Amino acid sequence: MCQDCGCGDVNLVPLDVQQRILARNEDTAAHNRKHFLERGIFAINLMGSPGSGKTAVLEATAAAFEGGRKLAALAGDLATENDANRLTRAGIRSRAITTGEACHLDAELVHHELHHLDLAGVEYLFIENVGNLVCPAVYDLGQAKNVVALSVTEGEDKPLKYPTMFAKADLVLLTKVDLMPYLGISLDAILDSLARAMPVPNVIVLSTRGGLGVDDWLGWLERNRAMAFEEVMA
Amino acid sequence: MHEYSIVQSLVDSVAAAVGAREAAVRTPVVPTPVVHRVDVSIGELAGVDCALLATAFEVFRAGTICEHAALRIDRIAALWECPRCHAAIVRGGFLRCPSCNEPAHLAAGDEIVLQRIELEVS
Repeated sequence: MCQDCGCGDVNLVPLDVQQRILARNEDTAAHNRKHFLERGIFAINLMGSPGSGKTAVLEATAAAFEGGRKLAALAGDLATENDANRLTRAGIRSRAITTGEACHLDAELVHHELHHLDLAGVEYLFIENVGNLVCPAVYDLGQAKNVVALSVTEGEDKPLKYPTMFAKADLVLLTKVDLMPYLGISLDAILDSLARAMPVPNVIVLSTRGGLGVDDWLGWLERNRAMAFEEVMA
Repeated sequence: MHEYSIVQSLVDSVAAAVGAREAAVRTPVVPTPVVHRVDVSIGELAGVDCALLATAFEVFRAGTICEHAALRIDRIAALWECPRCHAAIVRGGFLRCPSCNEPAHLAAGDEIVLQRIELEVS
């Protein structure tokens, strides 16, 4: 009660906090990131809609590296371990993270699963996020880079409709481009949308059937991994 | 739909802030103060739907420290600007400075922040 006049009103006391609500996730992500850097692991958060070709990209990546690089993956899905099984068959050391109801991975889920994945000698860790163009963009996992798989079948204006995801992307893999002749879709229109959503619109045009762009993707990985670890050494 | 998980983190943050205040005041307020209002800032590009966040808060606050709290959401518009000349990029335009040719920098609009709490102290 108000102590001054006995009016019966409660005293309202403001408490200034100014704290990031996801600070705890960010702390765990920083812990994961430190762990990756110390072990020479270049971690990629691979995001995209369901069916955008994330798993196919990773299968093609493993095939193109031809065993020259040690790869590991965590595959997030609401249900089933199908993607992790596909990646294991492709030669990638993989674990599934089944999230149940959750529409995204968070740093704690990744941290927990890392304890069950043999990371000895691993050079690339691909964290295949839950298929979703909204929620995964919000949660830092400790990755070095964000990569978004966007298939040409999703339409030309997806980057404008889901700007948060693309604003955070370091690279977009434009997948299934072998289907373009059947879709009546314009590559220029997709690139235009991307340039309005991404400050640095890095795009690799890719098709896992026939292998278009896969070498560019491997080159991007190798360059960025080298740069990430040069920075640590400096 | 990750707004429930954001509300969970928000309620945890409120509990931690109120707990820290009680530990800091010499004579602890008894009983635990009621949280009257919670103010948050949500950026346009934070990936959070404010209407869903408000609904999630309504549902989730029962039985928590925020049970009687109102939620005030301050929506922060996205602001892309040139990192060199600080000119704002036109909404919907290419995210590159037309004068300096620098990639734009997001100056505001990605925040998910607990700004302040209002406590009822008797």
